[in-house]
Amino acid sequence: MIATHAVLEVRDLCVDYLTDRGPVRAVDRVSLEVRKGEFLGIVGESGCGKSTLLYAIARLLTPPAQVASGDVWFEGSDIVSMTDSELRHLRWKRYSVVMQSAMNALNPVMSVGEQLRDAFLAHESLSRRQIASRSAELMRLVGIDPVHLGSYPHQLSGGMRQRAMIAMALAFTPELVIMDEPTSALDVVAQRSLMLKIKQLQREFGFATIFVTHDMSLVSHFSDRLAVMYAGQIVEVGETREVFADPKHPYTVGLMRSFPSITGALQPLSGIPGSPPDLAHPPAGCRFHPRCPQVMARCKTEEPAFYEREGDLVRCFLFDVGS
Amino acid sequence: MAVRVVTDQTPLATAVVVGRQGAARALARALVRNRKALAGLSVFGFFVLVAIFAPLIAPYDPTALAFNQMLQPSRAHLLGTTGIGQDIFSQLVFGTRESLLIALAAGLAATAVSVIVGVSAAYLGGLWDHALNLFTDVFLVLPTLPLMIIVGTYLNNRGLLVLIGVITITGWSYGARQLRSQALSLRNREFLEAARVRGERSAYIIVFEVLPNMTSLIVAIFFGAAVYAVLAAAGLQFIGLGDPSSLSWGTMLYWAQANGALLAGSPVWVLAPGICIAALGAAFALINYAFDEIGNPALRPVRTKK
Amino acid sequence: MSYLIRRLEFFGITLWATLTMNFILPRIMPGNPAQAMLVRYHGRVSPQTIKAIEAAFGLNPQGNIFQQYFDYLRNTFTGNFGTSVTFFPSPVGDVIKQGLPWTLGLVGMATIIAFLLGTLIGVLSAWRRGGVFDAILPPVFIVVSAFPYFWLGLLLLLAFALNLGWFPLGFAYDLTDSINLSWSFAGQVVWHGFLPALTIVITSIGGWILTMRNTMITTLAEDYVKMARAKGLSPVRIMFMYAARNAILPNLTGFAMSLGFVISGAILVEIVFNYPGLGFTLLQAVHSEDFALMQTLFLMITLAVLLAVLAADVLTAILDPRTRDQG
Repeated sequence: MIATHAVLEVRDLCVDYLTDRGPVRAVDRVSLEVRKGEFLGIVGESGCGKSTLLYAIARLLTPPAQVASGDVWFEGSDIVSMTDSELRHLRWKRYSVVMQSAMNALNPVMSVGEQLRDAFLAHESLSRRQIASRSAELMRLVGIDPVHLGSYPHQLSGGMRQRAMIAMALAFTPELVIMDEPTSALDVVAQRSLMLKIKQLQREFGFATIFVTHDMSLVSHFSDRLAVMYAGQIVEVGETREVFADPKHPYTVGLMRSFPSITGALQPLSGIPGSPPDLAHPPAGCRFHPRCPQVMARCKTEEPAFYEREGDLVRCFLFDVGS
Repeated sequence: MAVRVVTDQTPLATAVVVGRQGAARALARALVRNRKALAGLSVFGFFVLVAIFAPLIAPYDPTALAFNQMLQPSRAHLLGTTGIGQDIFSQLVFGTRESLLIALAAGLAATAVSVIVGVSAAYLGGLWDHALNLFTDVFLVLPTLPLMIIVGTYLNNRGLLVLIGVITITGWSYGARQLRSQALSLRNREFLEAARVRGERSAYIIVFEVLPNMTSLIVAIFFGAAVYAVLAAAGLQFIGLGDPSSLSWGTMLYWAQANGALLAGSPVWVLAPGICIAALGAAFALINYAFDEIGNPALRPVRTKK
Repeated sequence: MSYLIRRLEFFGITLWATLTMNFILPRIMPGNPAQAMLVRYHGRVSPQTIKAIEAAFGLNPQGNIFQQYFDYLRNTFTGNFGTSVTFFPSPVGDVIKQGLPWTLGLVGMATIIAFLLGTLIGVLSAWRRGGVFDAILPPVFIVVSAFPYFWLGLLLLLAFALNLGWFPLGFAYDLTDSINLSWSFAGQVVWHGFLPALTIVITSIGGWILTMRNTMITTLAEDYVKMARAKGLSPVRIMFMYAARNAILPNLTGFAMSLGFVISGAILVEIVFNYPGLGFTLLQAVHSEDFALMQTLFLMITLAVLLAVLAADVLTAILDPRTRDQG
């Protein structure tokens, strides 16, 4: 079932890392959809597979990682089975990527303007003047003086670099922009201003975003829907407001309680005991059961499916009304 | 001589902090699993065995002048005889001893100097670091064979010790650079902070905390130095700067060339020691490269599931 | 800019170190080889030459050691390297001038070819991972590059010159001919030079291929390469402008430094093929204990390597904008 406004639909996607000791499943049967203009946040601890998921969707995985099974439908086309040359027509024009550290994501020996030009020329034949004017426009969009087009990445500040990356991602005003922790390398102030800028651009250009981060509080202010990942699986997904106001999965609950709020009543700070499982040997049944404060007998042997509650999908037996 | 390129970013075996016993065992396990290392170690082991059991393997006394000269390979003389009537095969077998000795001794000596200079530079810091660095770079740039030739000729003593010394002088600089880089990166790690806070003296820290974590790099450098030693020794002996009266593969080549073996129709005399030199050098080189692969998994042969 | 100044400082210091080493060595070596040489040529050589040799090597010194040092430096910079014993009475400078073009041609050509080919193959082999090539290529080149240069030369000589007769047995040109600027002579030079050049290329290329490959593999894992793929750039452009262009940077200076090894190997190759270059001259100098010639050759070779290193440094500054700014 492809939703009418779905820009992206992921179905049962599995991604494996081929190691010496056999394949390790980093992403396990993840399904989600992103509607037109929607801001979907994906949160989870380090190592939960969220970045792998993102790059699998963008078809940017490198060996030893590879898609083991599942589909990714982008605007009605199955991109998992596409060859590289078929994909190139979609890349950047229809969907683009913003990475975590612009210092690493920008070629250090080329100026920002040259890298922008590469992106333009890869898909359209434009004259030098057209490229120059469009590049300048993009820079101004994100609040950078176009004179910096001639600068090299190391000559710009961290915040400017991130914004330059976002400008690049919008070169062709794609339908989907995939962002992998774009704010993690910045200080809090720069983070907030970048997020506001992203939100503003999104409203202006109408692109959908998948925003991966480990920072719950940051993403909660800006996303429409939120998905929580744990050990390679999505454990809860729903409207951000709902997930935040009433977290259902025990893991989500635990995450919420780890982020103290500066307003409101004083709450004792708690974490989640234990540590994430080794994905080479995941626990049987529900992956969270060793750390779950509300674990039941069946959690140890059966894998929970998604159950609906108040518009959220939760992968937890606690919400299985049928039993 | 193999071309060895030195850069500041020469991939280092990433120092994984392990306990002192763990380092050696982890290393050994990783080596055995690597095919290149296995091949190299087998060849090396083979030569060690030949050197140890030389009197049992060689059919004749290598220095005996008892036979006819320049004989072709035959059943009596597997590789023929030399220009003055010695059995080439026996020479080859016994020559293994000296060639191995030179390679290992020079390799060890060069590695030792590398460790001392490299680690000292990292720990003394400041002006000492700058000076030692310059010192290392200068030696790195100096062309090795000409330098060896000059020192060797001046010393006019063609003994084994001189040969080993000369190889050491020219062979330590490559490793020193790498060791300094890694020592620097280790210097700032937390477990060293902990040792300092405990009140341990610098020397103790260096010997008991830092060096064990650099084991894998040091061993890798040793094998690199050994490659260099094998080829340098061969080169020097070939032009006559070794001790022509001693018995090693390189001196065999010298005599072969002096007797015009190639043109006189006894190519085996030239080929045999050459193959041994190449094989030993290749063995060390393979082991050395295996360390690169162990430290940087991205370099290993890629497996793709179709 | 201060980057280049630092590199010039290195150049200067190494040059100075070489000169000083040449000065000090004969004066500290046990057994005083220079004295022995002097004894050997007494009576065969004019008193002025004796004086010159004494001065050059510090025997019967006139003036203190610093005076001698400055004289030595002055002589070196004016091109007065002394008289060669091997090619008596030619001055060392002339001897070197004779052999230099041959060595430059042979080693120069071979090294450039090996470098360009090696780098290209290294880049390509890192791009296409997996499969038979990826597993076989490194071990093959590791093994080949561990071959002694001269032994490979001997092998090639045996196979292609002696057995198959495709190439001559040595020297740079037909001995019945004389040096002239004709096409036939040029042809001879190429024909005679082919095997020695091939030896140098085969043995040295392995090192460059492997180094370039390793750096490329590391570079290909970088985020900006991923980004370039995400942008849909053509694979060729990614390989060269994003990957190779960055991968080669740390290697440039290293490549220049490895020239020392290549020259060492080339010396041996010249010896095997009786090629009349500086390597062959060095051998003759060794056999006749011609210290003046040996030392000057050492100086020349070092100078060549240093110039190459400097050139690589300049190239790095041009190609890497970061060095220009940080200095």
